[in-house]
Amino acid sequence: MTEGLLEIRDLSKTYTVSQSLITRRKQVLRAVDGVSFSLKRGETLALVGESGCGKSTTARLAMRLIEPSAGTVRFDGSDIGALRGSPLRRFRRHMQIIFQDPFASLNPGMTVWQTLEEPLIVNDLGNQATRRARIHEVMQQVGLAPEYAGRYPHEFSGGQRQRIGIARALIVRPQLVVCDEPVSALDVSIQAQVINLLGDLQAQLGLSYLFISHDLAVVKHIADRVAVMYLGKIIETAPKRDFFASPRHPYSRALLSAIPQPNPRERLNRMALSGEIPNPINLPQGCRFHPRCPFAVDRCRKEEPTLTDVGADKAVACHRVDDLPDWEGSPDPLDILSPAGRRRVAAYAARTRPQLPTTNSSQDVSEV
Amino acid sequence: MTVAPVFMPARRHRRLGSLMRHLRSPVAVTSLIVVGLALGATLAPGLLAPHDPAEQSLLARLAPPSFLGGPEGHFLGTDQLGRDILSRIIYGARATLLISIAAVVISCSIGTTVGLVAGYNGGRTDALVLRLIDMQLAFPVILLVIAVVAVVGSSVLTLIVVLGISGWPQFARIVRAAVISVREMEYVEAARAIGAPAMRVIFRHIGPNVLSATIVFATYELSRMILIEATLSFLGLGIQPPTPTWGGMISEGQKYISLAWAASVFPGIAIASTILAINMLGDVLRDALDPRLSGEDGR
Repeated sequence: MTEGLLEIRDLSKTYTVSQSLITRRKQVLRAVDGVSFSLKRGETLALVGESGCGKSTTARLAMRLIEPSAGTVRFDGSDIGALRGSPLRRFRRHMQIIFQDPFASLNPGMTVWQTLEEPLIVNDLGNQATRRARIHEVMQQVGLAPEYAGRYPHEFSGGQRQRIGIARALIVRPQLVVCDEPVSALDVSIQAQVINLLGDLQAQLGLSYLFISHDLAVVKHIADRVAVMYLGKIIETAPKRDFFASPRHPYSRALLSAIPQPNPRERLNRMALSGEIPNPINLPQGCRFHPRCPFAVDRCRKEEPTLTDVGADKAVACHRVDDLPDWEGSPDPLDILSPAGRRRVAAYAARTRPQLPTTNSSQDVSEV
Repeated sequence: MTVAPVFMPARRHRRLGSLMRHLRSPVAVTSLIVVGLALGATLAPGLLAPHDPAEQSLLARLAPPSFLGGPEGHFLGTDQLGRDILSRIIYGARATLLISIAAVVISCSIGTTVGLVAGYNGGRTDALVLRLIDMQLAFPVILLVIAVVAVVGSSVLTLIVVLGISGWPQFARIVRAAVISVREMEYVEAARAIGAPAMRVIFRHIGPNVLSATIVFATYELSRMILIEATLSFLGLGIQPPTPTWGGMISEGQKYISLAWAASVFPGIAIASTILAINMLGDVLRDALDPRLSGEDGR
């Protein structure tokens, strides 16, 4: 089996929390608990799950922005866990990150130009003239007029700021980009634009994405593979098509059935979960999902399932994976539309996709 | 690669322009004039003062201001030794401002460094610094100064050192809090993600976003120092006579306040207006240093 661009093995991050002032009892919070996955070159892997399940922590561990407690990260064949100091800093340009909140991810005291120039300066790339050309090029790639370079972040809208964040990530020509909920802070109409931009840039530049999201509609649009996390563990991985057609793990099914249905006539086929997500300090024995799982049996309460290969590039961590009823699912919203309605949706999708400039045109492409 | 027309931003220019715009408001202009006069008096009192501040004239003691019927030549009147009050206020600015500015510079440097280190490192360093701050804040400044002056005697240098050391905890607290809030911002994480060394992260991303809070606080601290210095002189613990200081003049004049209010009221007005002007400038500076508040900018 060929090695992917990013290979994560048994990655863990634990935090020590002192619970009580008096007894000073130390307790351990397992934010990420033995996560393994691999990401192929040019692929988009979506990491999905509820908030607090460790998605963002996993991504930051993979980037070495947080030091892992255990496990290995291999990038392009080399172990990056061993890097320290300036070799680590030099490595960083290959793996970049786009943040969730475009209002917090840009330094308010730096102009767009300064923000985009910094990665080039820090990594000692190019001279003044080539830097200038590169900033210009990247701004056009993300659909920003280069005339805006002298402006400060507060002068832009949320969608434009997110484009600046994308430009900052791309300017050093990374191979892998971590997208940490890149659209969940944006308006729905802007979401589509940014998602389409990310897709176009991937096709154009051959990028790989580690895409973190809790929004399955977005994931369905952009991902190649899906990995579902629950309380610090991956509980199911599958190619996107299989995942949305027939999710195996009961939790994945619950997530999918929580997607709002646009058609009011459609009978709801909801699998509502009862109970709260357990406290990650006091994890339940056995399968961590069993207190909320409608299919739980005795074995689930005692023995923790491992992520097991179930064929066709799929893996599930569930004891009862073979006993579960078939997934009825819910129809694709597009399937229930009339042909005319489908044409309207397609026309809207085309309209919201920003026109990417050809490489040697310098016309203003930003109408946003 | 094709090199399309390039737009170089005039960034320094813009920041400066924003400051200039803010300084054009009437409040800012008035404050600038007052502070300018005080600084002028500190640097070259001889050019502004009509008389020698030590020149006594016992025949013209406790005279009212000339515009209220006092003798010609003493615009603000004279004190109990017949010295010209206006000239003494002008000469008094030197001791007062020298001590307060130097003290603020000292406390700001110590406090900012300590606050940056504590805020960025966190953990034990932070806990230790916090305890130190609490300890010093629990001790009244005036009491500290009285104790030190009683032991080593009062001089300009002593006052600068004591006041300078007494002020660092407030700076450290403000800088620490600002660093902690900025440290967790995603743009700091982004800077680390592009491979920026720690020093660059601190000075390019954390520093500037903490600096405006520090500068603004320094102006408030400056006016507080002026007040403390005046208080000490008033209590007789500051600069010793005959060197004129604003606090000392109030102290001497208040004994004769029923006979000649001018001797203590005008130094008081000098203190109040200087402090007011400095605080106003602090506000202007805060607005000008925050790019989000600098508004307009060629949209």
